[in-house]
Amino acid sequence: MNGSTASAPEGTPSVGAPVVGGTWEELVTSALLGTDRRTPPGCPPGGQAPVVLLDAAAVETVRRRAGLRPARAAGRPEPAAADPRPPLPPAAARRLAMLLADRPGTPGGGRRGTAPDLMELLPQWLAAANTHGFAAPPQTLPALLDAARGRTDLRPAALEFAGPRALWLARLNTDWRFALRSTPGGGTAVPGADEPERIQRLWQEGLFAERVSLLAAIRAREPAAARELLETTWPTERAEDRLMFLDSLRTGLCAEDEPFLERALADRSRNVRATAAELLSALPDSALAARMAVRAGACVAVDHMTGTGGDGDSGAGGTKDGPALVVEAPHECDAGMERDGVVAKAPVGRGERSWWLGQLVEAAPLGSWSARLGGRTPEEVVALPVADDWQGELHAAWCRAAVRQRNADWSRALLGAPSTPEAGGPGAVSLAERAKLLATLDSAERAEWVAGFIGTHGLSEAFQLLGVCAVPWAPPLGRAVVDALNIARDAGSYPWSFSGVMGLAERCLDPAEAGRLDGLLAVPDEGEDASPGAGSYWAEAFQRLVGTLRLRAAMAEELATDGTDETGGTGGRGTAA
Amino acid sequence: MTQQGVRWTADQVLALAPDVSSRKAGSKLGAAGPWSEAGSSDEGTVWGLCKGSGSKPYQTVVDIADATGPAYKCSCPSRKFPCKHALGLLLLWAGEDGAVPRGEAPGWAEEWLAGRRKRAEEKRAAADGSPSPSADPEAARHRAERRAERITAGATELEQRLTDLLRGGLATAEQAGYGMWEETAARMVDAQAPGLASRVRELGAIPASGPGWPVRLLEECALLHLLDQGWLRRDELPEGLAATVRSRIGLPGSADGPPVRDHWLVLAQYETADARLTTRRIWLHGTESGRTALLLSYGAAGRAPELSLPVGLAFEAEVAAYPGAGQLRSALVERFTPPAPTDVRPTGTTTTRAAERYGKALLDDPWLTSVPTTLDRVIPVPAGGSWQLADADTDSALPLAPSAAAHPGLWRLVALSGGAPVKVFGECGHRGFTPLTAWPEGPTGQAVPLC
Repeated sequence: MNGSTASAPEGTPSVGAPVVGGTWEELVTSALLGTDRRTPPGCPPGGQAPVVLLDAAAVETVRRRAGLRPARAAGRPEPAAADPRPPLPPAAARRLAMLLADRPGTPGGGRRGTAPDLMELLPQWLAAANTHGFAAPPQTLPALLDAARGRTDLRPAALEFAGPRALWLARLNTDWRFALRSTPGGGTAVPGADEPERIQRLWQEGLFAERVSLLAAIRAREPAAARELLETTWPTERAEDRLMFLDSLRTGLCAEDEPFLERALADRSRNVRATAAELLSALPDSALAARMAVRAGACVAVDHMTGTGGDGDSGAGGTKDGPALVVEAPHECDAGMERDGVVAKAPVGRGERSWWLGQLVEAAPLGSWSARLGGRTPEEVVALPVADDWQGELHAAWCRAAVRQRNADWSRALLGAPSTPEAGGPGAVSLAERAKLLATLDSAERAEWVAGFIGTHGLSEAFQLLGVCAVPWAPPLGRAVVDALNIARDAGSYPWSFSGVMGLAERCLDPAEAGRLDGLLAVPDEGEDASPGAGSYWAEAFQRLVGTLRLRAAMAEELATDGTDETGGTGGRGTAA
Repeated sequence: MTQQGVRWTADQVLALAPDVSSRKAGSKLGAAGPWSEAGSSDEGTVWGLCKGSGSKPYQTVVDIADATGPAYKCSCPSRKFPCKHALGLLLLWAGEDGAVPRGEAPGWAEEWLAGRRKRAEEKRAAADGSPSPSADPEAARHRAERRAERITAGATELEQRLTDLLRGGLATAEQAGYGMWEETAARMVDAQAPGLASRVRELGAIPASGPGWPVRLLEECALLHLLDQGWLRRDELPEGLAATVRSRIGLPGSADGPPVRDHWLVLAQYETADARLTTRRIWLHGTESGRTALLLSYGAAGRAPELSLPVGLAFEAEVAAYPGAGQLRSALVERFTPPAPTDVRPTGTTTTRAAERYGKALLDDPWLTSVPTTLDRVIPVPAGGSWQLADADTDSALPLAPSAAAHPGLWRLVALSGGAPVKVFGECGHRGFTPLTAWPEGPTGQAVPLC
């Protein structure tokens, strides 16, 4: 309304206009230069000039302000797409406002106190709200987008919850551009299956990021359609783009993809070839898998040297009376192997024959080993001794294969019993590998295994494994963690040695378990060997745990009321959020 | 009273927080974890015990029904007011069903409440008994005369400085810098004219305020000159305008207008702070009288002003205006009910009418920078690097004030609108429109604070 956009009445002097003539601009010029240098027009020079100028300027200022008129409206943005989801129940909306008010950078100081960490609960609140399919209150969108901007892990859930209006907002504010880039799978900006023309246009003309999310969205909806769309432009794509597009076929990979992937094995780009080979090897019935089964099978055999295991260097682990596995690594990497994605050049420090062997075994379908190795089950195969120190190499390759092919039977065999005393199972695998193997098991079995592991080994190594368990934790797992924390407390150590697990427990323990923790809230009598003050810190940590669990229970309850009792119908339009 | 069922929203509770860190700390305490023996009464009292770092829990009690705003008491040593425990307790009360059951106040809470009630009674009795406690009217008149003389001397001196400035040119003001204005402002403080002093101080900032500063500096110099002249010739002015000049100069007035009883809707509440003082402005809308009233309350630097009213709620109260033509500033005389949710919204107008109303208001008070305005059916629209509020049904629009366009509340407004019309309350003036509160279209939907 000031300056340029306002149209102040000009020219015509109003009633009672000052004696001094001249426009506002002339007054400003006189004022800027000083009346000694420039006398305002129509004013006698001399001592009175400044006062006359001020009088005239005062009248003119008030006149200009009083005469302000609205500006012309600029072009209006297209309204945001309607969000058909029902609004949040009022209690849940209040909760969201509280969670968002607790933004990072809280000057909490070292100790965490007994109060729950609200920001840490936002991810599961969002997940629950999305499960119930509620729409975000529009006025919370800026705070949600800011939160998602700072934490990439929040983005998919936050953007799903934020809905179409968040994308509309992101187009207006460059701070939130990430939302346009990282539209989640079933993103709302992506054209629906019934809009083939929009799909074609976006695929032909869209930016790379838009095309990737389009392809991912279609792949999630209709795997074959995505592949066909990709094939239409495949030869003309750039190598880096081909790699990214190929990667998006990982979701919903199926046997129908094989012909396309086989062709991609002849791609100009080595990375594309390698990815195509990797995807094919995850299809156990593919021709590539069959070729790999033959190659890998040729390298591993059962040696029945019952009782005759005389010669010293091949006697695996000194077994005198049992079969063992013997490994004969490939002597060369031929053109066929290379075409099937085997990388010929070993990294520095690795023998190339073992490097090739690892790749062959990793890509060979696990189902083929039983026939090859005398009809043994995975457990029996894993239990066989391996000659000549090949065990580590072979088992590690099987682990990678089990993860890649998501083979639960082999994962189970390679993990072994959770209570195995040594650091590793029979596969002697690392914690990271075990976490990956666990991910192929169903959630109940996973929880059971980790519970067994914690029961034997305690919490010190469990953090990574807990991370792959389904939330909320299944009862046996929750009980194992609580018992282990209890044992750790009785052992007299400080709770911050377990702060990682504590934090996980706050977020992942089933809220129904809160009642079982009541006994731990009191400050225990200090034992002789306990660390000074540890008891009260533990009590504080458990109070926070219980407080957080109660809060999570309340959060879940608030979202579970479907809001229909308040809106009086499923229409949900225009109701209070 | 039947206010037990009426709970505030978390936003309304958090609006009471004196600063950002209290908001955060309070949010963390708004869960059942640290609380025990929490409860609330029908009279609008909430209490609870909060486990802190010490062995003894803190005793926290809040009286939300008080006529002058929520009152707090907590046994913690914090100097924040309200402290995080009081905020957490209110959040708990606002948030979870059953977390704060209805009940009898425990002894320690009852004791404090009884003390408050007693003091309130005494105050009322004292107010009824002697309407004018001033000891010696003759001495008071003498003091007022002395002060008027000083202000006249100050205004005359300021006139001299302004004419000197205009004679030499505003360009010299840019070179002279801030010091010259600071010194003049100090002279005005000595002259007991705080209104003149703060205007002079603001002049000092204009040369550094970017392109177009000579225009703004001339405008403000001219208005300051107008105020000086208004004071020097106040005897010739009509009574209403003279009262406006007195209050603009900074003479204390008292809210002795006739008390207006109404159901007041809290339209907006926001603070401005400088090094010395935090000023809280609360806009009220009389749902029956249609009047708009402004309540001001002050806090020393770093402390929140005491009066706090949650936006979007309404309460029954008597409000009295300060003297001055078209004066909106008022004082809360007495509150009869605690704030409660309401579906009432202020009636709005168009952008064209809003600009006209500001122009008319300048008749009564030419120094007015903005008037409180509710716009109906406007859409926030980006316009060349800034934003405007465009009428949904015509092609006229009010640009946002530069400060509002940079405020994070803008994005809440844009998000609420989503390109569709909304109702917006704010301040409309010569620098543009400053949105303070918005309501979505449709019969329901809560007020969304933007400031």
